[in-house]
Amino acid sequence: MDFVLQQLLTGLSIGSILLLVALGLAIIYGTMGVINMAHGEFLMLGAYGAWALKAFFGLGLLESLVIIFIGVAALGYLVERGVIQFLYKRPLDTILATWGIGVILQQSARLLAGGELRYVEMPSILIGQVNIFGVSVAGYRVFIFAFVAAMFAITWFLFYRTSFGMKLRAVVQDQSMASCFGINAKRIYSLTFAYGAGLAGLAGALVAPLKSVSPEMGTTYVVDAFFVVVLGGAQSLFGTVASATLLGEMNGVLAYWYNDTIAKALVLLAIVVLIRFRPQGLFSTRIRS
Amino acid sequence: MALKRRNFLKGSAALGAATGMGLPHIWMKNTALAQASNGEIKVGVLFSLTGTTGIIEESLNKATILAIEEINDNGGVNGMRINPIVEDPASDPATFAEKARKLVLGDKCVSVFGSYTSASRKAVLPVFEGRDNLYFYPTLYEGRECSKNVIYTGAVPNQQQDEFIPWLVEKFGKKFYLIGSNYIYPKEENNYCKKLLEELGAEVVNEEYVPLGHSEFSSVINKIQSTQPNVIFSTVVGDSVVALHRQYRAAGLDPEKMPMASLTTSENEVAAMGGEAAAGHFTSAPYFMVHQSPENEKFVEAYRSRWGGDKVTHFVSEPSYFQVYMFKQAVEKLAASDITPPNIREAIKDVELIAPQGRVLLERENLHTWLWPKIAMAKSDGQFEVLQESPEWIKPLPYAAYPDQLCAEDGLQQV
Repeated sequence: MDFVLQQLLTGLSIGSILLLVALGLAIIYGTMGVINMAHGEFLMLGAYGAWALKAFFGLGLLESLVIIFIGVAALGYLVERGVIQFLYKRPLDTILATWGIGVILQQSARLLAGGELRYVEMPSILIGQVNIFGVSVAGYRVFIFAFVAAMFAITWFLFYRTSFGMKLRAVVQDQSMASCFGINAKRIYSLTFAYGAGLAGLAGALVAPLKSVSPEMGTTYVVDAFFVVVLGGAQSLFGTVASATLLGEMNGVLAYWYNDTIAKALVLLAIVVLIRFRPQGLFSTRIRS
Repeated sequence: MALKRRNFLKGSAALGAATGMGLPHIWMKNTALAQASNGEIKVGVLFSLTGTTGIIEESLNKATILAIEEINDNGGVNGMRINPIVEDPASDPATFAEKARKLVLGDKCVSVFGSYTSASRKAVLPVFEGRDNLYFYPTLYEGRECSKNVIYTGAVPNQQQDEFIPWLVEKFGKKFYLIGSNYIYPKEENNYCKKLLEELGAEVVNEEYVPLGHSEFSSVINKIQSTQPNVIFSTVVGDSVVALHRQYRAAGLDPEKMPMASLTTSENEVAAMGGEAAAGHFTSAPYFMVHQSPENEKFVEAYRSRWGGDKVTHFVSEPSYFQVYMFKQAVEKLAASDITPPNIREAIKDVELIAPQGRVLLERENLHTWLWPKIAMAKSDGQFEVLQESPEWIKPLPYAAYPDQLCAEDGLQQV
């Protein structure tokens, strides 16, 4: 029984990291239809932010989170104002443009911080194990899980219980009609993009203590994030949660039974098969387009 | 360019002279071996300065350049300067092959120092074998290669493991968990490790490989916790090694009871993962920066004063450094007109010198190097503590895991 529970928790932990990484992308892609190839680099900047705030200002990870969120969100805002707002009607061009921005950010990080691998110190209060029904789990993983649950709740509240969220949903459903009712669609888009970017920054900072920090780190995460979003269905927040959990559990169980190499291949195969029969993803909401 | 009458005549005269001597001359010129000329010896330096392995290879480039500068400042080789031609193959095997071709055919280098990864070495091999040139390779690697065109100065599996595995079994116990990145190097190291474990009556509780660049080790750690090995034998490389160590620590595993034993964790990897995550784990290698010897003190000081006071030396940069001196000793035996790659190969056999790690010798049979393996424990300050040095130097046996094969002077033999 312990064994089953342990695998379940491992899957949840992997899933929560996936959700953390994918949430920002899901929001930007789901609401604005922008395929943001620079998502991985926003994440990388968050991780470097955590490293730099520690190295130069002595700030611990937890104290840095707010600064990192605001910093990366501000950068996202500038990117949206400077580039993406001109490309909304040209989806292919946004892929190219955001990919280019990603390359620029990657190389800037390399030039400024150097190409060597970095690490981010784990907050000392989160080192240690937590006992959950007789299974010991790394405290930091539990923290990530709780943090992601909170981020998700805040995002849900923002989208479904605030006037900003209502405007956003109106713009997503029919931009021109929403504009007729006096909603400033441009402003809504900029803020949403900034929010998504900020979430990516937080994700980078939070995964950094478990993984390594390098200018290229974003590339692997952005691929994972796209799997989650595509499988979950683009317009559905809960679809993103369901698909992150599913992928996390699948990864955990298959890696335990076989190994990580086979798990990766089988998970990809499962995604391909699912997409074949449900191209819209697991969950989808109907919208006018 | 305008075709002037004078040039045209000169050109056709030269052509006439060439044809007068007959065709063989043209062919001979084409296959003529690279050799030293104009009082300088051209060598290639082929380490990536950019790309994924750029950081580590840059340190190999620096160690090589340092040795060349030291030799030139001390009068060169028999009065001739070594002229290094530096190329950046950008961590890409295809570019490695292209640049190697340029160095060997275009620049006519008599030898090239280069490569960190096995993939890049394999990529340049046809160039050096086709032109009978020499490639000096400083990295520890998986063995199972027998080329008369490569001088191997890094360790092969038997040199890193012969002392290490029995030591681990005696100190920690007989249950081993083998984890590696999914490519040729970890598989060959594990092949040899399993052979040693079998001889010692020890047990492999699991052997598994993760994809290169893998960073989610929670399932691996679950398996480690449920199989409870005494030692985790890790040949995970790159950023995965950082993730593995950090997640091992987050999961609350204890290095004193279940240490990771590695052949690839050097001062560089420790710096990347942070001393706390590395502390208490073991590495076996012929060289550590803290090794006590006058030669090493000199090397570390020279390296830091040339490249910066915070730079570290490690078990790949040290061979990058001493192999240039081996090259020098070999070339010193040759007359200036005899400095060709095949002659250098003959001259470098049995060359001996005192490297920072101790006295090393180039084995004539397989062109690998006799080395001094050491077992060390990582400490939280980012350096290692050497716990045990091999009492004698160890002969390189690139086919140690394959008893029916032997690398001899005239190539690979079946026995």
